[in-house]
Amino acid sequence: MPTYVHMTRCDGCGQCVDICPSDIMHIDTDIRRAYNIEPDMCWECYSCVKACPHNAISVRGYADFAPLGSSVRVRRDEEKGVIAWRIIFRNGKKDWDLIAPITTVPWGEGIPDLNTVEGPADSMRDSQLLYNEPKYVRFDEGGLHTLESNKLVMKEGVYY
Amino acid sequence: MAYETIVEDEIDVLVVGAGLGGTGAAFEARYWGKDKKIIIAEKANIDRSGAVAQGLYAINCYMGTRFGENNPEDHVRYARNDLMGMVREDLLFDMARHVDSAVHQFEEWGLPIMRNEKTGTYQREGKWQIMIHGESYKPIVAEAAKKSADQVFNRVCVTHLLMDEKDENRVGGAVGFNVRTGNYHVFKSKTVIVGAGGASNIYKPRSVGEGAGRVWYAPWSSGSAYGLMIEAGAEMMQMENKIVLARFKDGYGPVGAYFLHLKTYTQNGNGEEYESKWFPGLRDIVGKYIDHEPIPTCLRNHAFISEVNAGRGPIYMVTTEAFQDPHLEEIGWHNFLGMTVSQAVLWAATDVDPKYENPELTTSEPYVMGSHATGCGAWCSGPRDVSPDEYFWGYNRMTTIQGLFGAGDAVGGTPHAFSSGSFTEGRLAAKAAVEYINDGKGEGINISDTQIEKRRAQIYQPMETYKVYRNHITAGTVNPYYINPRQGLDRLQKLMDEYCGGAGVSYMTNDNLLNIGIKKLGLLAEDWDGGIAAKDIHELLRAWELKHRILTSESVLHHTLFREETRWPGYYYRGDKMQLDDENWHVLTVSRRNPETGEYKLRKAPIYHLVDEEEEKKPAKKKTVAKKPATKKPAAKKKVTKAKS
Repeated sequence: MPTYVHMTRCDGCGQCVDICPSDIMHIDTDIRRAYNIEPDMCWECYSCVKACPHNAISVRGYADFAPLGSSVRVRRDEEKGVIAWRIIFRNGKKDWDLIAPITTVPWGEGIPDLNTVEGPADSMRDSQLLYNEPKYVRFDEGGLHTLESNKLVMKEGVYY
Repeated sequence: MAYETIVEDEIDVLVVGAGLGGTGAAFEARYWGKDKKIIIAEKANIDRSGAVAQGLYAINCYMGTRFGENNPEDHVRYARNDLMGMVREDLLFDMARHVDSAVHQFEEWGLPIMRNEKTGTYQREGKWQIMIHGESYKPIVAEAAKKSADQVFNRVCVTHLLMDEKDENRVGGAVGFNVRTGNYHVFKSKTVIVGAGGASNIYKPRSVGEGAGRVWYAPWSSGSAYGLMIEAGAEMMQMENKIVLARFKDGYGPVGAYFLHLKTYTQNGNGEEYESKWFPGLRDIVGKYIDHEPIPTCLRNHAFISEVNAGRGPIYMVTTEAFQDPHLEEIGWHNFLGMTVSQAVLWAATDVDPKYENPELTTSEPYVMGSHATGCGAWCSGPRDVSPDEYFWGYNRMTTIQGLFGAGDAVGGTPHAFSSGSFTEGRLAAKAAVEYINDGKGEGINISDTQIEKRRAQIYQPMETYKVYRNHITAGTVNPYYINPRQGLDRLQKLMDEYCGGAGVSYMTNDNLLNIGIKKLGLLAEDWDGGIAAKDIHELLRAWELKHRILTSESVLHHTLFREETRWPGYYYRGDKMQLDDENWHVLTVSRRNPETGEYKLRKAPIYHLVDEEEEKKPAKKKTVAKKPATKKPAAKKKVTKAKS
């Protein structure tokens, strides 16, 4: 289902152009609205659909295997932290809403800025530890797994 | 041409490609390098780039040592078993011992990880997979990377690495162009961490039109991880180890949750179980490997492919039983909406309700990558405390080029890293890169203006070619002097399919076919160099993606020819060498393309084992033997026990 843009809803704001991972949502210079310039490089990832502030972008199934007439639409709301889908079958027999959380904290607030955390001691630099380790590996007092701690021996097993 | 040259100088850590690997690298680099200049170059928008752009419904690599579930060496054993022995166990162990700390941080950042209400542990999908509501996985980790980086250059497609002209074999940055402004970007940096992606779209897809974009791996995964490193002369490993996926037909919706969590299963077109009848015959090809548990992915593919070729297709996923449970039905749909929406769209379009009708499966065209169930990528150093001498050259995840590091698809030998493992590899590479800089290894790099100008001219050449020859014709795309990127991609996909074991030939190739493939690819590479045309900046992006795919494909062809055996039936077959050959090929394949001449040199590299093979065989009641220092059967001609302190 490559994306397409509804003529009457798009105002050419370019949010889809800005987000598309495949660089295929472009603005048509004559009509000053967005469109999918390369449907066979569209992954149907819905990034543009979710990003469009006017719900102006939809998808229609890939022509080489998907019949016309069904729809899968989405609204993503960072403030409420949810994404809501609506799936309607071609024959209309199935029509349902599915909602999922997208974050468990206020959007973007759970993420640390490592510029402001204390830097590592020299002993940590010399170790195999990464930021927040060893604590975050298991949330116990133990250290990082090593060959020694796990009683492992590296053996050459090659035969030419 | 009027495009500006924009130079970003004195960078310490340059992250090229900000998927899960690149974001992990940028995030972690700040902790170790408070005073370092950290820059990200990303060809799309970091908020929705890479293979996780669409989201994920599971994290497929989580040990759960915190909950007493698995140890890192268990994962080494699992990944090695799945790859028929061909992995870097040092890198795998290292990734596995760190990966949980990444996942626990994701949870703090707001990523919704499902919990098992009874046990309080994460909700397991399978032994290694945990279930998440991961639609926003990528924007969440992107935020962490953005906070750490000094600057993110979105929409800059990196085409080449810059190489030091003072010390041979040392990296000095990268160049590329902005796909919006067209400007030329030069990044001079002491280290480069390649987080770019593996390769979709180098094989002819099963789809014939618009659906060509519905590849399993993202269509923007252009093999740039490999193209960049191969072109610079880095050693690559296991590039023959392409992967074929058994997936829901046409939409390529994932099957992991269906098999593991929903307990759906497969049957042939007549409603019969088919897998087990192919396993005895597989013994003729792979010997004792057929006894391994769980059965390696490629061998299950083999049963699928064989059953279809025997005329008893299609293969169905039996969903009608599990989907009677409304909770499981909902999970089945959420699974797609969270990571492969198009499968939901396709079922809606074709009125396939898996509650009442079993959907078809298919095997995909092959892909070349290093983070899912395969391990293509650069030959990298492991960590100091784990790796034997032959796997260690000073800095973790550093390639054979000084200062050039990898993460995710870029690193070879670490299959089953998936999203969390790729992020972890980025973190490991970042720490090592900062150590490299602090050791003074990035001092005195000399990048001449000549090199920068040479690359600039190369980058825009496809637009020059278009300008010069466009008006030889009236209109259209047929021109005797050039081909456009789409035409070049079509030719690449056709020849890889026919000569290097694509879906169109049931994954079969042989030495004759591979040699023809190498010759034809050489002609395509020549056509690219002299006659690829880009009518605008967007086509220029496609032209350079094609270049990286061609470089990747060339490596794949040479590696496939070099390994004279059929190691992974179900991924590909060498018809002239239809047996797995442990006597001669229980080794890793390593290659280098000479950047001056383009010549390939391949060699075998030893495999070092952490755990004994005996433990993989079924019934293998694990745990008790798992931690024992292993003793190996005297099957090896040469065996040295080396413990590195």
